[in-house]
Amino acid sequence: MCLRGICIPRGTVGLVTARPAIPAHPRIGARTAYLLQRMLRPNAGWRWLSARIEASGPARAAFTSAEKLVKEPLFGCRMCGQCALPVTGYVCPMGCPKELRNGPCGGVGPDGSCEVYPARRCVWVEAYERAASQGRAADLRVLHRPADQRRWGQSSWLNYWQGRDAGLWTGHAGETGEADGTGDAGGSSRGPR
Amino acid sequence: MSLRERLASGSFAVTAEISPPRGASTDPITAAATLLRDWVDAVNITDNQGSNVRLASWAGSLAVLAAGLEPVMQMTCRDRNRIALQSDLLGASALGIRTVLVMTGDHPKFGDHPGAKPVFDLDSVQLLWTLRTMRDQATLLSGRALDPAPECFLGAVENPFAPPVGFRAERLGKKVAVGAQFVQTQFVFDVPAFGRWMAQVRDLGLHERCAILAGVGAVRSLRALDYMRDKVPGVHVPDEVYRRLRAVPADRTAAEGTRLAAEIVGQVREIQGVAGVHLLVAGNERVVPGILDGAGLGARSEGHNGR
Repeated sequence: MCLRGICIPRGTVGLVTARPAIPAHPRIGARTAYLLQRMLRPNAGWRWLSARIEASGPARAAFTSAEKLVKEPLFGCRMCGQCALPVTGYVCPMGCPKELRNGPCGGVGPDGSCEVYPARRCVWVEAYERAASQGRAADLRVLHRPADQRRWGQSSWLNYWQGRDAGLWTGHAGETGEADGTGDAGGSSRGPR
Repeated sequence: MSLRERLASGSFAVTAEISPPRGASTDPITAAATLLRDWVDAVNITDNQGSNVRLASWAGSLAVLAAGLEPVMQMTCRDRNRIALQSDLLGASALGIRTVLVMTGDHPKFGDHPGAKPVFDLDSVQLLWTLRTMRDQATLLSGRALDPAPECFLGAVENPFAPPVGFRAERLGKKVAVGAQFVQTQFVFDVPAFGRWMAQVRDLGLHERCAILAGVGAVRSLRALDYMRDKVPGVHVPDEVYRRLRAVPADRTAAEGTRLAAEIVGQVREIQGVAGVHLLVAGNERVVPGILDGAGLGARSEGHNGR
């Protein structure tokens, strides 16, 4: 296809159109992903940097494109703008054809395959295995609040560092080990809002 | 006695399922509900099951109510966004439909409109959470107040047999945490596997906060058996069950299927923490008396076995 005379090879159409919800296998090990998680955790530095980026329209657009360039090949990221990866074993739940953020549906095949794309593994089967392999299975107990559909196309890193992700789920990534076993890590009393 | 009262009383509950017709009449639903009325505590009305267009679940539920039986209105996340789902609960509650079963729903790919937009704006946990908040806190997901709040008894579903098996009880735990008061499971053909899941459910104490109803179905024909094994997502038919139903002459498959269902009802009833059974017999409601008699449960009205 051609945009303003610049030819874009067919394989990169994903750069300009939304990627469909298809289960993606992460191309980065769970251990490495959790190490990166520690580096990327919000701190004064990231807050300062993200505020500077947000202050400029072009910088924000460039940073958002860069995030997509990194996360799409690694995680099959679809740029929902409200990243759940820290509590899903770094397997993207938005790759689930039903975009389920709280765990698998009942249609998973006996071999762990997705019911909609049988050649691919269910993202939640993979999430469970990867989280459990790093002692993080309890992460899957957190309760995810409904996604904000307005956030599609935004940078989730900027949202994360600016504290806008604080209410995405109950409890905090890596702090769910003490969950009481009822699946109510952090409590559901606040409601889904 | 309502389903809620039945479960609260501690006696064994029985629910069944009716699929609404593909057409603008509730007559088939009324007929099925009349047949089931004396045998079950409540009956599910499916929500465009298998992603095939049928008469609406709320309309079918009203027909069941008019026939003198408690409807369990199924709500899936497939076709409606958070605005429509909340609106539907208000309408249902206002018209007397007070038992709701929440599930993700099949993907449109499996139905008669595979090109339809899959909505899935909320997932089943988020929908349960939303409905409970509407009922208990009289607020919408937006935070706006409701007056009056809806009344509802909230149900969920779970598939004990699908991977990741180690997470299935925990997933139910999430649903219980956000408001599920009862759960109906996928078809139980593999009783030992169901028992292993129940052990996890008991370890989490979920059976004390949520009534567990085991899904039991009667195989009607070898064609239905093959379809169920190969085409219905999430149904696991163990080889010994498959061989047993294949071993009888074709004209006796249905009778053997009913006998097997009755045996499974009897077996799950012995498992600690099982509060009842959900008979997955949509389109084949006539077999319900046979299954329940075979399992020694009898009709509701007889108060059989101390129920």
